[in-house]
Amino acid sequence: MPTNPDTDQPQSQTGIALVAYLLLGVCFGIVLTKSEVVSWFRIQEMFRFQSPRMYEIIASAVVVAAVSVALIKRLGVKTASGEPIAIPPKRLGLGVRYAVGGTLFGLGWALAGACPGPLFALVGSGVTVMVAAIVSALAGTWLYGFLRPKLPH
Amino acid sequence: MPWYVAGPLIGLFVPALLILDNRVFGVSSNLRHLCSAVLPSRLDYFRYDWKRTGLWNLLFAAGILLGGFLACHWGRPQSVAISDETRLALTKLGIHDFSGLAPRQLFTWSALLSLKGLASVIVGGFLVGFGTAYAGGCTSGHAISGLANLQLPSLIAVAGFFAGGLIATHFLLPLIL
Repeated sequence: MPTNPDTDQPQSQTGIALVAYLLLGVCFGIVLTKSEVVSWFRIQEMFRFQSPRMYEIIASAVVVAAVSVALIKRLGVKTASGEPIAIPPKRLGLGVRYAVGGTLFGLGWALAGACPGPLFALVGSGVTVMVAAIVSALAGTWLYGFLRPKLPH
Repeated sequence: MPWYVAGPLIGLFVPALLILDNRVFGVSSNLRHLCSAVLPSRLDYFRYDWKRTGLWNLLFAAGILLGGFLACHWGRPQSVAISDETRLALTKLGIHDFSGLAPRQLFTWSALLSLKGLASVIVGGFLVGFGTAYAGGCTSGHAISGLANLQLPSLIAVAGFFAGGLIATHFLLPLIL
């Protein structure tokens, strides 16, 4: 982690950088809500293949992100503090965690009609019962932490 | 907001966070950070310096909540214009209130007392938490960051997301609703 030579604090933990993360989050929350990606109705429409909208949003997001990552690598773009950009690769292992964990998450995604980002946005937009969904998600995360040594990965 | 504005904007969070300070875009880690911060635990999975690794992301999540608040208090109130086929299919399942971002029949505090409200909010939330922790990421971390970085594990995870979503939509929801 990069450090700020003056204070010996990690760069990302200084006040200004932390405000930047908050503001980026605000922008993300606005986009998620205004694009209706947070809507249970849109998620239903997607899983019923009755509109290309969600697929267009996800696909164009992936393309823009992939082109950005490729450009960052090719041009050797550095972070704001001059560190080289490195994205840690995901370890494949047996692959079980991705297939099984992914499927369990997918069940929850369709039932709740929201993935983690939208859960936070929905609370903000007035669907306050999603606080209960987040608390339940924390319980699910805790159970994974408890079972982790016994689960195949 | 049309898809060709929303999608590219969402994609830009990946380079923005990398350039800001090598941060990998992904929201579900916050569930782990919150567990680590709030629940004292001896479990290895939660024993790490959550402030150092996760404070930036928790602020990002707090921002998402605030952004949701701003978005719905700014501009016209939203009614989601889903396709007629979806509306018909959901009406057949007993959904008749199409106002707001999520159906009020399922997503209010009083609906928690019904089986369908409980299944949607509590069971749905629990599976989101367990599933993302096991899979090591959610729609943002795997479907966007992971696929953008050409990670095979993320492709497997995304196939799982859709398999699970299709099962829940076509087999579980008709039983619950």
